[in-house]
Amino acid sequence: MDIILKGGHVVDPASNLDSESDVLIKGDKIAQVGKNIKANGAKTIDCKGKLVFPGLIDMHVHLRQPGREDEETFVTGSRAALKGGFTSVLCMANTSPVIDNKGVVEYIYAEASKTGLINIYPAAAVTKGLEGKELTEIGQMAEAGAKALSDDGKPVMNAEILRRALEYAKMFGLPVISHCEDTNLSKNGAMNEGFISTKLGLKGIPRASEVVMVMRDIELAELTGAKLHIAHVSAKESVEAVREAKKRKIKVTCETCPHYFTLTEEAVFGFNTKAKVNPPLRSKEDLAAVKKGLSDGTIDAISTDHAPHSIEEKDVEFDFAANGMIGLEFALSLANTELVKDKVLDWSGLIKKISANPAGILDLKGKGSLAEGSDADVTVFDPAAEWVVDEKRIESKSKNTPLVGRKMGGTVLVTIVGGKIKYENGKFE
Amino acid sequence: MAVKWTKKDLLGLEGLSADEIGLILETADSFKEISQRPIKKVPTLRGQTVVLFFFEPSTRTRTSFELAAKRMSADIVNIQTNASSLTKGETLKDTAKNIEAMKVNIIIMRHSASGAPQLLAESVSPSIINAGDGSHEHPTQGLLDMFTIKEHKKKIAGLNVSIIGDIAHSRVARSNIWGLTKLGAKVTVCGPATLMPPEIEKLGVKVTYDIKEAIEGADVINMLRIQLERQGQSLFPSIREYAMKFGLDAEKMKYAKKDVLIMHPGPINRGVEITPEVADGPYSVILEQVTNGIAVRMAVLYLVSGVKERIE
Amino acid sequence: MKLREKAKVMDAGQIESALVRIAHEIVESNKSVEGLAIVGIRTRGALLADRLAAKMAAIVNREIPVGALDITLYRDDLAEVAEQPVVHKTEIDFDIHDKVIILVDDVLYTGRTIRCALDALIDFGRPKSIQLAVLVDRGHRELPIRADYAGKNIPTSQKETVQVKIKEADGEDGVVVAEMEE
Repeated sequence: MDIILKGGHVVDPASNLDSESDVLIKGDKIAQVGKNIKANGAKTIDCKGKLVFPGLIDMHVHLRQPGREDEETFVTGSRAALKGGFTSVLCMANTSPVIDNKGVVEYIYAEASKTGLINIYPAAAVTKGLEGKELTEIGQMAEAGAKALSDDGKPVMNAEILRRALEYAKMFGLPVISHCEDTNLSKNGAMNEGFISTKLGLKGIPRASEVVMVMRDIELAELTGAKLHIAHVSAKESVEAVREAKKRKIKVTCETCPHYFTLTEEAVFGFNTKAKVNPPLRSKEDLAAVKKGLSDGTIDAISTDHAPHSIEEKDVEFDFAANGMIGLEFALSLANTELVKDKVLDWSGLIKKISANPAGILDLKGKGSLAEGSDADVTVFDPAAEWVVDEKRIESKSKNTPLVGRKMGGTVLVTIVGGKIKYENGKFE
Repeated sequence: MAVKWTKKDLLGLEGLSADEIGLILETADSFKEISQRPIKKVPTLRGQTVVLFFFEPSTRTRTSFELAAKRMSADIVNIQTNASSLTKGETLKDTAKNIEAMKVNIIIMRHSASGAPQLLAESVSPSIINAGDGSHEHPTQGLLDMFTIKEHKKKIAGLNVSIIGDIAHSRVARSNIWGLTKLGAKVTVCGPATLMPPEIEKLGVKVTYDIKEAIEGADVINMLRIQLERQGQSLFPSIREYAMKFGLDAEKMKYAKKDVLIMHPGPINRGVEITPEVADGPYSVILEQVTNGIAVRMAVLYLVSGVKERIE
Repeated sequence: MKLREKAKVMDAGQIESALVRIAHEIVESNKSVEGLAIVGIRTRGALLADRLAAKMAAIVNREIPVGALDITLYRDDLAEVAEQPVVHKTEIDFDIHDKVIILVDDVLYTGRTIRCALDALIDFGRPKSIQLAVLVDRGHRELPIRADYAGKNIPTSQKETVQVKIKEADGEDGVVVAEMEE
């Protein structure tokens, strides 16, 4: 059945649209966007006073399938995504087995299509087993549909290997997503290095452990001319390094995550393992620099680094707790309160970073736009609704977030994927 | 004294007021005499069970706590393990819940991970006494150091106290800094830059890399133990250079005040951070610290055992 | 809950003469003060013990060793009180072995404090004997304990309390009977 979204405020930076319009969906494509569209027999969704976006794209998630289905599966992860307004995700390669060969890439697509809720794209590993030693069969995985290369969770410490990976990936147009961390500097670290780590007696991770690798990778991107994407930027100096690189016309893009523009290292007080993440939550200064990087265009994308962990991995000594937090269900609300309301970005600027730009970086054809003929992935958002994060109502299989109890601004009303309503007013199809 | 003890646990000195620290020190003063009696035992904790839950090897602190509890007639259970050898799949909390289910009253805990005692304090009803967690705190050591200083100097406020050595990895340094600054002492920390934690001066201490500066004018010098295995981690080039630059010897003692107190939490690396002639010399109160440790720990056991509010 | 003062049963002069009388009784009934020492129970028993020791010293013309005992750690009701009572110092700097110990307290009531004090004393050694001297015996014993020397017997009801005030702690000497107000 055709669907018409009536009277919403449509924000589609890809087609320069930021006004009240109707959106008509026929089949799995956007048929028409404009004023007063007549659509007899179409299902009508009244969007008056609401915002209508191209479906959000999260280019950095961990769905834990295959290997840790106790923490997340494609089904539970997809439901979390739909509730958060995401219609497409790029899942990272650090599964078990690692996505480091064509077989696992094919498995991801097969399982994703069986699940049938959102678009799930795999990132493939740069090196076999994420060991940083030998290149994977990048060409075969590109053919099988891998959208990016990343050893995320670990850096490629050997610069020579990353150089070769960039050169090789360039042949297939794949971006290399770099987890920037000098593991010699960050070894045994549990939180950001500074006064709070001193107070708590926890080993600190200096910002430099991220920054030196950002700088190294930028030089390798320049050397090779390949597409480099820096994952989860958290430190002030990393933002500055990317800003300089862009001035030098080096092909580098980068992302940050909602926790880096929402929380600081102070969330760790009381040895709160839910605030343990890598890179670690940084200082107020870093948070301000991340916001500035978002507003001036240095930071291209907002991803969640959605990292589900079981209770057993979090409810332990801080030093032994796993890094990461879930994010799919909270990203848009946090962006609303911390960025739009705070005038860091307008809606068009935000949708660029959470839909249009990721589609561009990953070269996802037909995604990230509501232009006629695009894939009918649409998110309807009510920016005025308020809710409180309640552990019992989290869709993700894991509940590891420091946001429980926090008041959120704005809620996703409808998520449409491929022309089908997958989520509407709290209910899944 | 006006202040009453209301805390179920003793996790660190950061969370205590100056009055609460004063109460522990005064209570310890009353307990010191018990260890001098022919029969070194009072019935106060009769029928109460104290678990010594040690995840790191320790002779001194464990023995001191054990004697303190025994002199108060508590029943003692020793659990010595290390974090990695907890039964597979069982977390620290599981283990603690099991101990709780055996109806114990007090858990004295040492752990290599900072914050581990807090994790337990928030989830089980027995009192948790931190006997050292990672590089975070070692509150009873801080208290016994202050008790020893007070015995000699009759006060804490206004004294110059220098803490010398591996500040970065030292829970003893942190507990001393919290306690001493709350009671009005002026604290200087000294050690190689590689062993100085970032922004430590925000805790209200003076930082110097020159041991002479730390010795001059100090009323108390607290020498920290240097972990010899840090040598391989490029934190300092060699034990020999460390001893020369940051060890306390007779030569450097020439800069010290005539009535200085020399302290060390033990065990001593003789000839590394302190030479035998200084450790055994006239200014040393190192063995008194050990004696006072028992009184301070008895006082802490007495105070926490009286708190009736418990986690259900 | 407030206390209402009902009657003053001893004044400073009466306390003084009671102590003098007890001092004489102790000297008389013990034939010799050789090997005799006084231990007072904190807080007011210890203050009375100091005075008693001075009076006995005046009678026999020699020093009588005196110590102070804090019985908090021996109390049988620690599990019941709301907060841990403050622990004071015990100061007995003589060897009690084979001595005759005069244990001194202000009021003898249930006998539980004395029971604690006996336990505590025994931890310091084995005295030859222990005798008990109190300023006021108000009855209502819960344990088989009696005073060897009593300044005054005051019959009371259990609703009443007996408050002994000693100058060093309370600013004045005196004994009053008070009643709890509803």
